[in-house]
Amino acid sequence: MKAAERAVPSAAAPAAGVPAGQMPDRDNSARRVALSALGILAVLALWQAVMVVFKVPHYIAATPLEVVDALRAQPVILAINAWPTIVETIGGFVVGNVIAVVIAIGFVHNRTFQHTVYPLAVTVRTLPIVAISPILVLLLGSGYAPKIAIAALITFFPTLVNMVDGLNAVDPQAQELMHVLSATKWEVFRYLRWTTSLPYLFSALRIASTASLLGAIVAEWIGSNRGLGYLILAATYDYRTPLLYATMAVASALALALFGLISVLEGYFVPWRRTGGAAG
Amino acid sequence: MSVMVDAPAIELGDVGMSFVLPDGVLEVLRGITLTVRQGEFVSLLGPSGCGKSTLLRVIADILPPTRGRAAVLGASPAEARRTRALGMVFQQPVLLPWLSAEENVGLPLRIGNWGARHRPAGTPDALLRLVGLEGFNHARPAQLSGGMQQRVAIARALVSDPKVLLMDEPFGALDAITRDRLNEELLRIWTQVRRTVVFVTHSIAEAVYLSMRVVVMSPRPARIRRIVEIDLPYPRQPRMKDTPEFTRFSAELRAALEEAS
Repeated sequence: MKAAERAVPSAAAPAAGVPAGQMPDRDNSARRVALSALGILAVLALWQAVMVVFKVPHYIAATPLEVVDALRAQPVILAINAWPTIVETIGGFVVGNVIAVVIAIGFVHNRTFQHTVYPLAVTVRTLPIVAISPILVLLLGSGYAPKIAIAALITFFPTLVNMVDGLNAVDPQAQELMHVLSATKWEVFRYLRWTTSLPYLFSALRIASTASLLGAIVAEWIGSNRGLGYLILAATYDYRTPLLYATMAVASALALALFGLISVLEGYFVPWRRTGGAAG
Repeated sequence: MSVMVDAPAIELGDVGMSFVLPDGVLEVLRGITLTVRQGEFVSLLGPSGCGKSTLLRVIADILPPTRGRAAVLGASPAEARRTRALGMVFQQPVLLPWLSAEENVGLPLRIGNWGARHRPAGTPDALLRLVGLEGFNHARPAQLSGGMQQRVAIARALVSDPKVLLMDEPFGALDAITRDRLNEELLRIWTQVRRTVVFVTHSIAEAVYLSMRVVVMSPRPARIRRIVEIDLPYPRQPRMKDTPEFTRFSAELRAALEEAS
């Protein structure tokens, strides 16, 4: 009887275990990177071919090779203008998400607070961001402040909504367990709610990473003489089309870098998600 | 300890439970009077959705009864809960997926800093050994089978040394073979720790095999239809399931259930 009992766990473990599950995963991700690189290269080649075959003038649209030339010819102007955008993007990302998480925690623990503030947050969200930008520039001047504020504003809402959902996504039986253990509200938060919400938080952060860059660039269109947003406008007016495309490439690279960073952090802070969801 | 040592493990007096719903009142429990002695293994048997789990939640102080009295070891269920006189095992294992098996078992000791202020039944490691999971201390729940997860849940319920163990269809979601094996394990653990167990099930065979007494409940609103003493000796052996006595108890319970429905 006892021997049979023991045999079950040891036989079941390798089948569901990490080593068996992860190796093919790693092969898969290498394959996926190769495939996506192939896709991008194919689109670039097609683009170059279309431009050459139809003889599109370079002030209308740039070829991939012209974009590469622009990137190599003007690294300083791109870098000088990328820096403020990086500061605004990360500043807005941090400010917007921290406020969203704090308010979401407040919502979950105080219904009155939620009923007072949630409609307000939704209303602010409905205001078009391009309309708010000039207002914030008037209020906050032309430095970093209004850009960070706009980037924060645009990241705030998705994180708030996801975080409220995440903090409430606790299994009812797990809440009963906490009750039977006479856990305080703080202990329920610390041992159950916070960690339950992390996958939701990281989904929101991935959205926020690209959104906050968008916010910073839009903010720079209004009353700014530096930053990638400013450079986009300047290059457009001067018909420096290759530089315009190069600026977009830099902006895209920034968003990708932030997105990648969030994904790496997610793998570190939410490791159980990879080994396959919640029990039960 | 404000719970009384020589009081009955559980006393229910005319317990009733109704929920107010938008389209009327749903009566789930009616006039439940029951006494469970300390050290007893009692099963609550009834059709699905009859209110057995609700009754367990009244005892566990998760739901307050709308009428009647409930007492655990002579104290209120709330008092019993605060002093960890109650342990609970749910239908699902309800393990925290980010914690290892050992950390899951140790969770009750961390909450309220209980482990530092009281004497636990054993270390999480010792309890994992008790439920037959030695060597799986660092496994995450997702790496364990359903039966193993439920063993972890049993170890967690026992870690703060409760006098009364409440089990809400703990093996209902498992396949028949795993379920039989865990029934064996549960009886082995029960004879080792000698705690009062209240076990909710809708399996007649499980109820007969495990229990000293089986409380047969009617469909909603649940009332006690009959209490059957299972006069089979412990330790129980799987081959007892083929004896005429076992069959007779099963038939008696089945008859009581059919009369109830």
